[in-house]
Amino acid sequence: MSAERLTSMFAARRAGNSTALLPFMTAGLPDPGHAVEMFEAMAGAGADGFEVGIPYSDPLMDGPIIQEGGARALATGVGLEEGLEIAGRVVARTGLPALVMTYANVVVQAGPDEFARRAADHGVSGVIVADLPLEEAGPIQEAVERAGLGMVLFAAPTTTEARLRRIVDAEPVFIYGVADLGVTGERKVASSRAGELAGRIRALTDIPLVLGVGISTPEQAAAVAASADGVIVGSALVRRVLEARTPADAISSVATGVREFRAAL
Amino acid sequence: MKLERPDSRGRFGEFGGRFAPETLMPALEELEHAFEAAWVDPGFRAELDRLLKDFVGRPTPIFEAERLSAQLGFRVLLKREDLAHTGAHKINNAIGQVLLARRMGKPRVIAETGAGQHGVATATAAALLGLECEVFMGEKDIERQSLNVYRMQMLGTRVIPVTSGAGTLKDAVNEAMRDWVGTVETTHYVIGSVVGPHPFPWMVREFQRVIGDESLEQLGEDLPDVVVACVGGGSNAIGIFYPFAGLGIDLVGVEAAGEGIETGRHGASLGEGSPGILHGTRTYLLQNADGQVQEAHSISAGLDYPGVGPEHAYFQDLGLARYVSITDDESLEGVSLLARTEGIIPALESAHAISWIAKAAGELQGKTVLVNLSGRGDKDVQQIAEARS
Ligand SMILES: Cc1ncc(COP(=O)(O)O)c(C=O)c1O
Repeated sequence: MSAERLTSMFAARRAGNSTALLPFMTAGLPDPGHAVEMFEAMAGAGADGFEVGIPYSDPLMDGPIIQEGGARALATGVGLEEGLEIAGRVVARTGLPALVMTYANVVVQAGPDEFARRAADHGVSGVIVADLPLEEAGPIQEAVERAGLGMVLFAAPTTTEARLRRIVDAEPVFIYGVADLGVTGERKVASSRAGELAGRIRALTDIPLVLGVGISTPEQAAAVAASADGVIVGSALVRRVLEARTPADAISSVATGVREFRAAL
Repeated sequence: MKLERPDSRGRFGEFGGRFAPETLMPALEELEHAFEAAWVDPGFRAELDRLLKDFVGRPTPIFEAERLSAQLGFRVLLKREDLAHTGAHKINNAIGQVLLARRMGKPRVIAETGAGQHGVATATAAALLGLECEVFMGEKDIERQSLNVYRMQMLGTRVIPVTSGAGTLKDAVNEAMRDWVGTVETTHYVIGSVVGPHPFPWMVREFQRVIGDESLEQLGEDLPDVVVACVGGGSNAIGIFYPFAGLGIDLVGVEAAGEGIETGRHGASLGEGSPGILHGTRTYLLQNADGQVQEAHSISAGLDYPGVGPEHAYFQDLGLARYVSITDDESLEGVSLLARTEGIIPALESAHAISWIAKAAGELQGKTVLVNLSGRGDKDVQQIAEARS
């Protein structure tokens, strides 16, 4: 079961009283030929697993940096098949758990069962769908779990207590705690609401909790690390790709970034 | 059967729903409950009716287009939404939603706009009711509808250019949604058509059905055989269709065929698309096999959208309405036709409906055809002049 790679990683981090680092990177960056190397470099820099972005034309949960990363990947022909292939090679080379992150229409057009089966064939551990709330998640979560993968569900600072209970009852493989209102992107000041959200979730369940969205500096990551099993960092790394002049620069810059986050956790 | 309202999950049959980031879900639930309560509250309805009457100028007339009828050989009636304050049907929905936002205690509203009509309507309602307003508009649309950009600014609204994608309506919706994900606690998103996650398609239809309800009352026993409206997101069309649905009247929605269906550069989501999820709702979309949404193309910014309201998807599948399309060139002919026979310059969007009745004159002989003239063409004059030169 592919989900086990993920759950045992969280268990090991919990046993060691430390926090997992899950970098987000769009599949196909800095270019399709260097995509696997990019993830390998992040593994070497201390990543515990990956959120592999499958680009989508209308990413309404993403800010300008990840939008631009996705648009670049799409323009070089990276879609679902290429994204899953990259994820599969990353898992095979690094042995680390990989989740794929995309939007509902990409899953629905492939068909939830077909999507989940292909992801499982590539060794993927879990699925994150940014525009899939609990109410619509049922058929996709069932397909994902039938294929032996874990489904991730979100909880946000705006999530009411009643909704939070229903999210917990759906038993996601982990809860993605949205650390700040707003779309993905860098923030100068860390949100004050991540800690409060984490506290509310911890009071209800010990399902692993991973915080993401708006965590853009090692200091910000360190500030929330104690309250979560893992931290997701995306825009701060994708920005390094957008700013780099060559694929080699992009890879080494991202690795540096991952190393800094790892050191802070 | 047409549905009074979608089911508890916001579905019209297999269409609709609520595919939104978790951050927005509590706000969508709050909005649903606030609208439900307002819609049965006589105080809210009285205030809305007062504004629609004294501020918007409703009821809009139904005009017997005699010279056009004579030329086409069948009877044409025009529902004059172009005469509503600010020049299009969009104000019906904007006033309703901004009133609701005020009732919900939200000090700020945002909107997306394509042709600029919805942006102007929202800016107008916000000025009237004293709310802060920002409007997202694609770069390309800012260029082709510059008159409306100035109007919004004069009304005290900030127009935010959207540079992602093709710089048209789809991108403006994305950007408005993204803003909303960050500001949802103090901001209401005034969606401009019957699209988006539940409760928007239902709520916007309820605010726009005044067009059809009024028409039924104005016509009395003299019911039309055919009702025609242009379809971008589908708000003016569902607004006039809904009260007529199920009465055995032929309901015809006209989509944008752009440069021609065969060129692939069009906005005919119902005619040429397939079911998928965009902007929080399951509906017909222009998309590739990988689920990537394709750019739409239309000379009219308001029809330049690769999706459509989920209730139209439902109407199409049930046969409650049928959907056809008209090219850019044909729509320009529609503008001339109405201008010269009736002294009315229609919006490019509305001209799609006019053009279709001229094109379908053969099958319409002997019938009475009610066309929803969704807006006036002032905003398009410069663009039309350029297209002709
Ligand atoms: C005059 C006019 N008609 C029609 C439309 C298309 O929208 P809908 O299909 O929601 O009526 C617009 C949109 O901007 C418009 O301005």
